[in-house]
Amino acid sequence: MIGSSNSASFSSGIGPWRAGTGFVVLVTTLPVLAIVWLAFFPTENIWPHLVQTSLPRYVSNTIILMLGVGVSVFLTGVSTAYLVSNYSFPLQKYFEWLLLLPLAVPAYVIAYLYTDLLEYAGPVQQALRSMFGWELARDYWFPNIRSMGGAIMLMGLVLYPYVYLMARASFLEQSPHLYDVSRLMGKSRLKTFLFVSLPIARPAIAVGVALALMETMNDFGTVDFFAVHTLTAGLFDVWLNMNNLGGAAQIALTMLSFVLILLGLEYVGRRRAGFYQKSGRFSKKEKIKLSGGWKWAAFLVCFLPVFAGFIIPTSMLIEYSIRYFEQSWTPQFRTYVFNSLSVSLAAAAICSIVAITISYTRRLENKRWIRTGSKIASLGYAVPGAVLAVGVVIPLANFDNLIDGIFRQNFGFSTGLIFSGTTFALIITYVIRFLAISIGNVESSFSKVSPSIDMASRTLGHPPFRSLRLFQLPLIKGGVFTAALIVFVDCMKELPATLLLRPFNFDTLATHVYLFASDEMIERSALGALVIVISGLIPVVVLSKTISYSQTLTRPESATQTDSIN
Amino acid sequence: MFLPSRANLFSCTLPLLSLLFCASTFAVFAAEEVNVYSYRKPELIQPMFDEFTTDTGITVNVVFAKKGMLEKLKSEGVNSPADLVLTVDIGRLSDIKNAGLIQRVESEIINSNIPSNMRDTDNQWFGITSRARIIVVSKDRIKDGTVTSYEDLADPKLKGLVCTRSGKHAYMVALTASMIVHEGIEGAEQWLADLKDNLARSPEGNDRGQVKAIREGVCDIAVINHYYMYQMISDPEQKLWADAVKVIFPNQKDRGTHMNVSGMAMTKHAPNRENALLLMEFLSSDAAQGMYAQLNGEYTVKPGIPLADAVIAWGEFKQDTVDLTAIAANRAEASKMADRVAYDD
Repeated sequence: MIGSSNSASFSSGIGPWRAGTGFVVLVTTLPVLAIVWLAFFPTENIWPHLVQTSLPRYVSNTIILMLGVGVSVFLTGVSTAYLVSNYSFPLQKYFEWLLLLPLAVPAYVIAYLYTDLLEYAGPVQQALRSMFGWELARDYWFPNIRSMGGAIMLMGLVLYPYVYLMARASFLEQSPHLYDVSRLMGKSRLKTFLFVSLPIARPAIAVGVALALMETMNDFGTVDFFAVHTLTAGLFDVWLNMNNLGGAAQIALTMLSFVLILLGLEYVGRRRAGFYQKSGRFSKKEKIKLSGGWKWAAFLVCFLPVFAGFIIPTSMLIEYSIRYFEQSWTPQFRTYVFNSLSVSLAAAAICSIVAITISYTRRLENKRWIRTGSKIASLGYAVPGAVLAVGVVIPLANFDNLIDGIFRQNFGFSTGLIFSGTTFALIITYVIRFLAISIGNVESSFSKVSPSIDMASRTLGHPPFRSLRLFQLPLIKGGVFTAALIVFVDCMKELPATLLLRPFNFDTLATHVYLFASDEMIERSALGALVIVISGLIPVVVLSKTISYSQTLTRPESATQTDSIN
Repeated sequence: MFLPSRANLFSCTLPLLSLLFCASTFAVFAAEEVNVYSYRKPELIQPMFDEFTTDTGITVNVVFAKKGMLEKLKSEGVNSPADLVLTVDIGRLSDIKNAGLIQRVESEIINSNIPSNMRDTDNQWFGITSRARIIVVSKDRIKDGTVTSYEDLADPKLKGLVCTRSGKHAYMVALTASMIVHEGIEGAEQWLADLKDNLARSPEGNDRGQVKAIREGVCDIAVINHYYMYQMISDPEQKLWADAVKVIFPNQKDRGTHMNVSGMAMTKHAPNRENALLLMEFLSSDAAQGMYAQLNGEYTVKPGIPLADAVIAWGEFKQDTVDLTAIAANRAEASKMADRVAYDD
């Protein structure tokens, strides 16, 4: 009896949250539903052919690529994050944010740049040839960058920051006491890392690896350029060469099942980690000073990813930009910058609001439909951009036509394509595409806020919204902000959906870069690529400031209060 | 009471601003204009559009995309803003025709400019330019007469010497489809399998990349579209690649060289029908055809247009006049064939 009356008063004011979440889940699910619908109408059954011919290769390539990238981002992200958050070594303070920089380099751009660098005509092989007197490519062996190995290396280089970001936040939030206790009990540093720090950070690392792998899964530009035939390649082949959209949709759904497995792993990882922080975020941890060889080993581990993932590509872009500056710096170019910034900012803001809505509703009442809904709403991240774009345009254009029909019939005028013909389509696609990032971050932040805070706040009579604003939001704002920044950077880089859904005469930096890059003439649009990278830097720097700032803060009033309520 | 903090204000106004921003893109739909959905890269067609605008005062709005354009057009239905679709190959033209997304266009001007083998039998789509799928060979390493036809590419004596782009790319798929039309499925499959055995490396890169590979000594023979040779000559870096090879028009003793077309079609629900027709007529005219020839180095569909000097230097050649729609119809089969012989492995 007591229980039921409690829940009745607790669920007051939840209605709007339910409705909001329901609406958002519905909208974000529509593209995936559209793809499911398409999958029922293939022009012919594609599977017998695929199974007999290319499917084994597509699947094995996809698995090798994901495993390779997964291992690479895990090792790079976790090791660097652990080093910079626990040890002090040369430039350690700078590495905290330097390590984020490769995130701003689009994968297809780094692929083109490294090809320029390492191919036969590139400076590296030229130097080798003049050194050893070789002439033709068949005179010597040099690893081909356009290969599975190259794809794994380059995608690992630009995707590891997802893991780094999550792992680092988690390592910083870990109470130093745990570390001290482990060391006092005689465990080595390595054992402490493996058996104390790593398990606690596992949920965060799982989110990071899952994001990186989903990005790997939906990539087409890089694997296409490197002639690595993954399921994505098969999908586009069936769609465009065999003119079988339904068959392509079936492949897309197959890929989504891969992703559901990933999301499942992430969920398992998170479920087993049932501990909460109340104030850990703000406790300052003493860094251990490394000496001698260890100092430089740590330096190298952090320097290499930054060097290969950011310094090399960016200096190439700068060099090309200077050489082609006059052709590049046009009034149109400044419009591209404006277009990119405005749609990306809008999408990042909407993503944050949506993610908070879903995660908070789930916190208010942990119903199965909300849990499932938030998973489905995250699926857009794993669908190749062009497929998602088709999934968006079908329901959106039909909705537009419905409205138009109603207006034509009743009011005698046409409304045209209100949504699908404008940047609205673009922004909503970005939101659906990158919502997984926001939801992942925001949920992981929420999960660290002790439920007793909610209970106390609601007991004091605060309705859900005020409770969110007063107590939860201040505690999760770091996570929300991080997510918004990653979404912003990802929107700046997004290409295939942008190409299809933009209105007439609307170019972004990414589409501008693509026009030249796809002809393997990236130097002509290097300035555009450089601006994408730089705009990605701004949030990275801001982010690093807030991370180190929060570290040095003494515990703010609100956190102390919530603690004492406990 | 709830007072919005700065952060809240920010998060509220941004979506609103973005909506306003959306609305502002409506401004495009005004005055005299024509809207183009293009599979073709903007820089290759923009000069012709600029010329058209100067002549007529009609603004040309373009959106370029390669994937999903057909689905977009289909979903937009009667409200689609698109008037005209431009494509780079016959495949896409026949797809949009089969999907019922374009309409018949009867114009004396167009009909007199474009010969009937370069347009649809129902006058729904029209070729604008045509391109030859040529063979290029290393000047230094391949003797004259070694390769004279597509069939020669599959000769076992050329093992390890040939480079092509992916067997799944539209241009290679069209070539394979033409082999199917001429030699039947079995013959074509044997040819493709033998050609695969002759490849110097797994297919990678675009057509230019194959010429570059010859220059670098990765291979000696490649298959490319002719206008890439023309475009490479005018680029200081790429001229070196082009200079390393000589041009061969295949199958001159029999059916002629495989050709593909770039084309145009008017959408079924074109809102600016008159303007679209004017643009189509313009693109088939001497002025536009001359620009295609001089700027892009393409062959014109309209006879008697002066070609680019470098293209003229390669001489006259016999073109394969097989029905283009037959090639389009065999595309899916050709693509599957590439899977069966594991061409891209």
